Amino acid sequence: MSEPRQEPVPETRHEPGGDAPPASDAPSQETLHVDRFEAAWMRIAAAVLAIFFISILVSAFASGFQVPGVYQRIDPTKLYEPGSPFADPGLRELAPGKYEAYIRAQIWSFTPNEIRIPAGSEVTFYTTSQDVQHGIKIQGTNINMMILPGQVSTLKAKFDTPGTYDFVCHEYCGQLHHTMYGQLIVEAEQVAAQ
Amino acid sequence: MSVQTLPAAGLAEGSRPVLLTDSDHKTVNRLTGLNIGVGIGALTIGLWLGVLQGLEHAGLNWYSYLAPGIKTYYQGLTIHGVLNALTWTTFFICGFFTYVVVNSLKRPLRYPWINMLAFVLMTIGLLLAAYPLFANLATVLYTFYPPMLADWTFYLGLVLLVVGSWVSGYGLYFTYGAWRKENPDATTPFLALGALITMVMWQIATLGVAAEILFLILPSAMANSAFLVGLFPAIANWNTGSDPLLARSLFWFFGHPLVYFWLLPAYLSWYGMMPAQTGGKMFSENLARLVFWLFLLLSVPVGFHHQYADPGIPQAWKILHATWTMSLAFPSLLTAFTVIASLELGARARGGKGYLRWIFKLNWGDPSYAAQNFAMILFAFGGISGITNASYNMNMVVHNTTWLPGHFHLTVGSATTLTFFGILYWLLPKLTGKKLFTKTLALAQAWTWFLGMLLFANGYHLLGLHHGAPRRSMLGDAPYRVAEWTPYLIETVVGVTLLFISATLFFLVVFGTVLSPRSRRLAKPVEMPVAEPLHPGPTPKWLDTWTPWVAGAVALILLSYGPILYQLIRDMQWIPFAPRVW
Repeated sequence: MSEPRQEPVPETRHEPGGDAPPASDAPSQETLHVDRFEAAWMRIAAAVLAIFFISILVSAFASGFQVPGVYQRIDPTKLYEPGSPFADPGLRELAPGKYEAYIRAQIWSFTPNEIRIPAGSEVTFYTTSQDVQHGIKIQGTNINMMILPGQVSTLKAKFDTPGTYDFVCHEYCGQLHHTMYGQLIVEAEQVAAQ
Repeated sequence: MSVQTLPAAGLAEGSRPVLLTDSDHKTVNRLTGLNIGVGIGALTIGLWLGVLQGLEHAGLNWYSYLAPGIKTYYQGLTIHGVLNALTWTTFFICGFFTYVVVNSLKRPLRYPWINMLAFVLMTIGLLLAAYPLFANLATVLYTFYPPMLADWTFYLGLVLLVVGSWVSGYGLYFTYGAWRKENPDATTPFLALGALITMVMWQIATLGVAAEILFLILPSAMANSAFLVGLFPAIANWNTGSDPLLARSLFWFFGHPLVYFWLLPAYLSWYGMMPAQTGGKMFSENLARLVFWLFLLLSVPVGFHHQYADPGIPQAWKILHATWTMSLAFPSLLTAFTVIASLELGARARGGKGYLRWIFKLNWGDPSYAAQNFAMILFAFGGISGITNASYNMNMVVHNTTWLPGHFHLTVGSATTLTFFGILYWLLPKLTGKKLFTKTLALAQAWTWFLGMLLFANGYHLLGLHHGAPRRSMLGDAPYRVAEWTPYLIETVVGVTLLFISATLFFLVVFGTVLSPRSRRLAKPVEMPVAEPLHPGPTPKWLDTWTPWVAGAVALILLSYGPILYQLIRDMQWIPFAPRVW
């Protein structure tokens, strides 16, 4: 590190900018002196964060990206009562290619733990817990929700690629938490064109 | 300072600066040493359990060898989280801040007994919580989400730990108040100011978790204790249940500022101490002050970015919290510039040249400096993955996957912990009066931590991103585990092995230094490194005043949490606690 090669840039370049106030001009009590390189960095940092934030807004409002958040409560002690969609959860066809899937989570399983849909289906998932907190992530998709007793978590997704998608519990729920999973099987037969 | 201008005769007595005597130093050193000692003790157990978790994920379950002491992976994981993330950090920070505030204000503690009381409360809390943790009565992880219910002593212990840290803060505020009275016109020294701001932020943030435990958990936990009900039959009625969503929301009200409570002491050292350790100066002290004030303003109203995947919290609230979270990255980006500029000043003063070659002239031979610089480099990666998590949309890909432990081992596990190790490499010689045992071991510790954490965190990030492997799971036994995970798991095991070596070296250095013979006494005492500002000048008044910043923080909290918390409380359901599930 000691070769005497001439540097293209004078060392002073790295010193704080030359616009420091002259000694006679005592800085005001209220202003904050900012070095010019630092000021440039502040603008860059603010711009980068603004771009990140705008992209979030665009995805949320223009591209329709959803996170769970519907305000829908349920009494976890009454999941098995007649009329509760979680008494006999599973897949329901609303229209050709349109489904809703009710999934009940409990220690340490999902009910149902196997769901079959034809490729091209659009599925709205409704899920709740009957005991402790759980979570669900359908691998390879953006379906990723916390499952809380007392709340119904909802998200919608379209499945075009046939295959087997594991859905796993991703919130600690006790001794056998790591064995809690199920499979969503997207079958190759296409939804009949309408 | 300007004693003669004070009108009241009664005040004149107190307005003379109070100087630090040897006995004051002794008091502070003892308090600091006690706090840090307990912190390191907790960390000893916590780190080694962490190693076992890493090995378990790769299919080597060595927990069976710990039975009956520690029965399961999840019990080990809970202890790892509580000891490392809550205990080690809180004790270290309370001890370090006591030292920093006194030595930065150059004024003795106003009421040393308050800080001693704080230490006693925190220690009782730790012991109380340790019992159920080790007895496998509180395997609920360090987030203890209802409706899981641990033994009541776990919650009471946590409450005492937090209350103790508040009391530690009170001791510092009284000291600051006394100093302010004696020095009415002086600008608060940067190090003291940063420590005090962090403590105030902590006081505000912990209100969330205090409310959660006291109102939503502890009464039921007490009603579930046969021992307590036997003593006081009336409390059997307290078994009311809890609202899991409200509890989560209160927890994360505290949970994100908690990470700034871990991080800001490291920033304090990076800004105000590290430049002095490499011959540099603080590039712009006033901006550093602004950064700390911004953290006070913005640290709390961001908790919903941990709850993007939660039901029951409308999307608009999540987006509002995403806004503040992005703003919160601004002071960190500012820190990156200012700290690097301060270090560059030092490297150039040491003969560094070129655009980047100066980096080699930094004080890499000093373990205290090197550890903190490594911490900083790791934090750059941790910061980037943190911005990913905070992004409302991208978070859906990685939420609750191993990406998260990858992320926070770079932040609390590196930016914070490795910086604290670096601080200890000057603070231990300072407190014991003995040479570090040894510089070489400490340097090896810093290098192994740096490399180990790089591999470990990289593996976890990628495993979560590409395969969605869930966090907090006993992955070695998971039926959905697939062969594609193996390369990442091997990478993490290499990292964990290095971290195991590093942890062992750390304890060797600490205990070697503390227990080394008197012959290793230092010829002249170590002093706290304090970086001088590059441009000493007046600090604008608005950067040394509390009211607008605290008021702003409270206003932002009310705006970002008020209406939604009102709604959650209005609609709350008392959902029964679950039977024991571990």
